[in-house]
Amino acid sequence: MSEEDDIILSELNDEELVEQMMDDLYDGLKEEIEEGVNILLERGWTPYDVLTKALVAGMTIVGHDFRDGILFVPEVLLAANAMKGGMAILKPLLAETGAPRMGKMVIGTVKGDIHDIGKNLVAMMMEGAGFEVVDLGINNAVEKYLEALETEKPEILGMSALLTTTMPYMKVVIDTLSEKGIRDDYIVLVGGAPLNEEFGKAIGADAYCRDAAVAVETAKEFVSRRHNQMNG
Amino acid sequence: MTDALTKMLSERDWLMADGATGTNLFNMGLSSGDAPELWNADQPENIKKLYSLAVQAGSDLFLTNTFGGNASRLKLHNAQDRVRELNRLGAALGREVADAAGRTVIVAGSVGPTGDIMAPMGSLTHELAVEMFHEQAEGLKEGGADVLWLETISAPEEYKAAAEAFALAGMPWCGTMSFDTAGRTMMGVTSASMVDMVEALPNRPLAFGANCGVGASDLLRTVAGFIAQGTEIPVIAKGNAGIPKYHDGHIHYDGTPELMGQYAVLARDMGARIIGGCCGTMPEHLKAMREALENTPKGPRPTLEDIAEKMGGFSSASDGTGDDSDAPARSRRSRRRS
Repeated sequence: MSEEDDIILSELNDEELVEQMMDDLYDGLKEEIEEGVNILLERGWTPYDVLTKALVAGMTIVGHDFRDGILFVPEVLLAANAMKGGMAILKPLLAETGAPRMGKMVIGTVKGDIHDIGKNLVAMMMEGAGFEVVDLGINNAVEKYLEALETEKPEILGMSALLTTTMPYMKVVIDTLSEKGIRDDYIVLVGGAPLNEEFGKAIGADAYCRDAAVAVETAKEFVSRRHNQMNG
Repeated sequence: MTDALTKMLSERDWLMADGATGTNLFNMGLSSGDAPELWNADQPENIKKLYSLAVQAGSDLFLTNTFGGNASRLKLHNAQDRVRELNRLGAALGREVADAAGRTVIVAGSVGPTGDIMAPMGSLTHELAVEMFHEQAEGLKEGGADVLWLETISAPEEYKAAAEAFALAGMPWCGTMSFDTAGRTMMGVTSASMVDMVEALPNRPLAFGANCGVGASDLLRTVAGFIAQGTEIPVIAKGNAGIPKYHDGHIHYDGTPELMGQYAVLARDMGARIIGGCCGTMPEHLKAMREALENTPKGPRPTLEDIAEKMGGFSSASDGTGDDSDAPARSRRSRRRS
């Protein structure tokens, strides 16, 4: 293997470049990703194509290997950081060109819980999949969630908890939504290390997501189901 | 002077640690989302009761109610200025209960993760982490903890920072990590690589091991991974009582006392020296564990098949150690560019 050979990104054709970018994303090489994004844009690619065909496709591979226990959090954080570099270039352009959007998610770690590693991963992977994400951060009381739902009008509400002492708070939030009669206006996804599917059901969430990759798949499925319902 | 835990470990084949803190405090009326550590000041009787429950159930060692007692975690409750106080109180209440037990009971000052990601991946620097752990350690020391007890850690950097802080406080310590992701910690640490890390520390723990994670089967597999490395440092097993379920507004773990009794015996036969529970492990579980440990003669080291048969299957096919260490791998062009 001639691993040490320098690769000049601008000398690759489109197909090779995209493949190279997927590998660079996998390796968390932020500068290379930014360079690749700029080259594709110069070659006349639409921002939306760069996002979906290079970045999202690359992050999907990262997500699958994370789900399968091949990659772990440090590698995924690096990949997501590289993705962010590319997104920073694309975001203003996407807004200008009015690219199609997948949907919007409000996400936050519940009250009393500081853990945001998993939540951040979900936010980054969701952005990587083309969703708009509003991140409320950590330690969110029910009022914070309600306020964000009101102002942001997302399709999806995501909640995260890592502690036995904080996971029941998800139910407090869902119960409040029900009391206000707005529970069914949102797709509610929950996650966190101590949770499981049965727990998610018991507290009235739409789904429990084992990890960030599963969260993206689940969000896509629910959003498309919802669109179908509206059309049908 | 020999510390109390070293002494007890030299006199006994196995010690029983305690069970859950959060699950027990919920039963006493703690609200979800509130900081349990504030009760060290506001509800000291409840905290003493929590410790007494473990002692009465036969624990040789219990952890203080200070898991979230670092500045980073207490900040959520605007109590970041009370780190020293809340840890001192948590340990002092423990001291009181332990000294009244009529036998030697070890007070282990619980230290949980900061919740932050460490540099370079995250924002928490090594220096800051050491400072936070040191502050907490000094509070626990003042309150009279026998030993410091680091738990539920996923990042090796954080484990090392705590070790350094505990040396600054001049306290003996133990430290466990949580293996909850395909047999590794969230940050990808395997049981084997934890042994390497622990043995290379300048300030080694009295004992190390695993806590929490995904249920008792996985935890025992992790213990098997430690033992396979042939380490001389005593191993700790502190597994959850099954998996959490939600019933009528309460969290309930599905592992029965009988099952936890079997788990304790398997952990001992595997080679663990300090055996306890974690989330969901209530006094009745501890009683069953103590009884099982005392009444079951030591058996041969269980195989993974024995574990799966008695405790249920594993959450992943491999735990990243041994011959399977590189089992799932993606063939891809990896290249370096300058």
